Amino acid sequence: MLDTLVQAISDMKEEQALAEARALLAAGEDPMRIVESCSSAMELVGRRFEAGEYFLAELMMAGDLVRQVSDLVKPELRGRAEAAKRGSIVIGTVKGDIHNIGKDIVAFLLDVNGFDVHDLGVDVAPATFVEAIREHEAGVLGLSGLLTVAFDSMKSTIRAIEDAGLRDRVRIMIGGGQTSDAVRQYAGADAYCRDAFAGVSLAREWVD
Amino acid sequence: MKERWLQPSPDATQKLTQGLEGWRSGSGIDFESPEAKATYQERVTLLKDALEMMNPPPRVPVCPSAGHFPLEYAGVSWREAMYDYATLARAWHKYYDDFGPDAYVGPGTIVPGRALDGIGFNLYQWAGHGLADDEGYQFVEREYMKAEEYPDLIDDPTGFFLSVYFPRICDELQALRHMPLLPPVHEIPMVAPALLPFARPDVKAALETLVRAGDEADRWLGAIRGVGASIMGRGLPSFAGGISKAPFDLIGDSLRGTRGVMLDMFRHPDELVEACERLVPSMVRYGVESSRAAGHVVVFIPLHKGADGFMSNAQFERFYWPTLRKVAIGLIDAGLVPQLFAEGGYDQRLEIISDLPKGTTLWWFDRTDMARAKRTVGRVACLSGNVPLDLLCTGTTDDVEQYCKTLIDTAGEGGGFILSTGAGMQGSKPANVRAMIDFSKAYGVYR
Repeated sequence: MLDTLVQAISDMKEEQALAEARALLAAGEDPMRIVESCSSAMELVGRRFEAGEYFLAELMMAGDLVRQVSDLVKPELRGRAEAAKRGSIVIGTVKGDIHNIGKDIVAFLLDVNGFDVHDLGVDVAPATFVEAIREHEAGVLGLSGLLTVAFDSMKSTIRAIEDAGLRDRVRIMIGGGQTSDAVRQYAGADAYCRDAFAGVSLAREWVD
Repeated sequence: MKERWLQPSPDATQKLTQGLEGWRSGSGIDFESPEAKATYQERVTLLKDALEMMNPPPRVPVCPSAGHFPLEYAGVSWREAMYDYATLARAWHKYYDDFGPDAYVGPGTIVPGRALDGIGFNLYQWAGHGLADDEGYQFVEREYMKAEEYPDLIDDPTGFFLSVYFPRICDELQALRHMPLLPPVHEIPMVAPALLPFARPDVKAALETLVRAGDEADRWLGAIRGVGASIMGRGLPSFAGGISKAPFDLIGDSLRGTRGVMLDMFRHPDELVEACERLVPSMVRYGVESSRAAGHVVVFIPLHKGADGFMSNAQFERFYWPTLRKVAIGLIDAGLVPQLFAEGGYDQRLEIISDLPKGTTLWWFDRTDMARAKRTVGRVACLSGNVPLDLLCTGTTDDVEQYCKTLIDTAGEGGGFILSTGAGMQGSKPANVRAMIDFSKAYGVYR
């Protein structure tokens, strides 16, 4: 049952989730619906996160369960046309900062929410962001950083985007570590997001 | 053994009083004048009063975490500071001369580049070693111990670190994997086999590498001790000496990695708890010995993965807090003061962490609600922090003064508070740092 799968993932029941996914595939369930169940499970996890019942630990565990279920389903999906994506997003940790955990979680959640995510990695130079926004015609940019060095890198990245004449085509959110609304203002971004789910909700708001 | 360090021993308070008095006396410091000695003692009294929580000090002590702000302020790059100790010393002097905080924090975190180069340390990247010359070192997040290795760590932590972990994090110390197994060497026929690894050319080379790196670390230590001696000689006490860590962070930061340790709470909960317990004695000993080496009573303990948002309170109470609390009690038993640096937010945890004997610990907060902290953990422990880095980096001097005023009014009420920054204040505007220190010294007088 798809409902059981959703519940097992969102309750962190690893063995049950994998057994259920295997049973569904064996019974001939549409693999796309299994993928959709993963998204529903992550949505439930997100609601519990926002309610203060779940934390980073559950996010990472649920993420790992979804990855395992996706790996099971992937061979069955081969040859199918990809579902239409919600919109193109470029994300990365800014120049001078090599921290990836927060950024990876946001990228993963955006991906399961149907966005076309272009993750540029860590220590990303302003010019690389500019190039990626242009290449992927991104409407949203996510800048991540843990260290205070990220404040100036965010600022110079946004300046480079302005200089390239792209600022009015892309909406920019920042997050991670010591960032705050004051840093958003300092760097010239559009929004500061307190956590990964806030980033995803905002991206949905901006794109839909 | 699990029952150890649940409550402090009866003589802990007496040892603490002696330790604090030793700190205040300034014995062993070569003061440049009688006035410098008096200033030193006044400043330690501020800190001691705040820590002991019996009487409010004459004023709120102001001890920002320098971080690597002194390098930026002196216009010195990370690479210069990590490779040229005289330049590092100059930068440190300049900061303390120009800003005059109440306590000295040595440049112990500006580590010797050549020593790290020598052993091929790969746990971090640093200036000239994967990062640009002006970038501070950063941790390379990876899984350095597999989940299947918990039994090895639990059975023999020392052996695991020596012959499994060090070769992984030090490219030039691969041969340490041949170190003899200890403690079985005790009967006479076991001695010669235990010596055999030292006949191997690769083991000899690794030992020589260690000797060279050791000499480099010694040169560095000489330089930073010199800075400390001269700054303290002018009347500035050192804020902390020793260092230790929460067992959960030791595993989560440098062995299993963030993702690894988070998943272990679901997949390997019992092994994780047992490994944390197993590391408690080492963390107590490390704190005690590093404090003795530094001749200080305050032990810095940077906390990472127990912060708000990482885990639930139920997980915190099962996985994180019990062994951190044991480390704290073990240090208190030795007459030391754990300085628990809670980076990020700790609002979720304030009630739980209040379970410590009064007047024995220092909680240093970053983004925690200080009014709530004062009403909870502030009843039993001295508080410190929480001038925000974003404000110091991007705000105005007026913003900073306003923040410090509110902070002193709430967290400083009745004593038991040391004003500091939320974390190492790199990136701060010098004018904001000056405003924070000067304003807080003037405003924080208890009347």
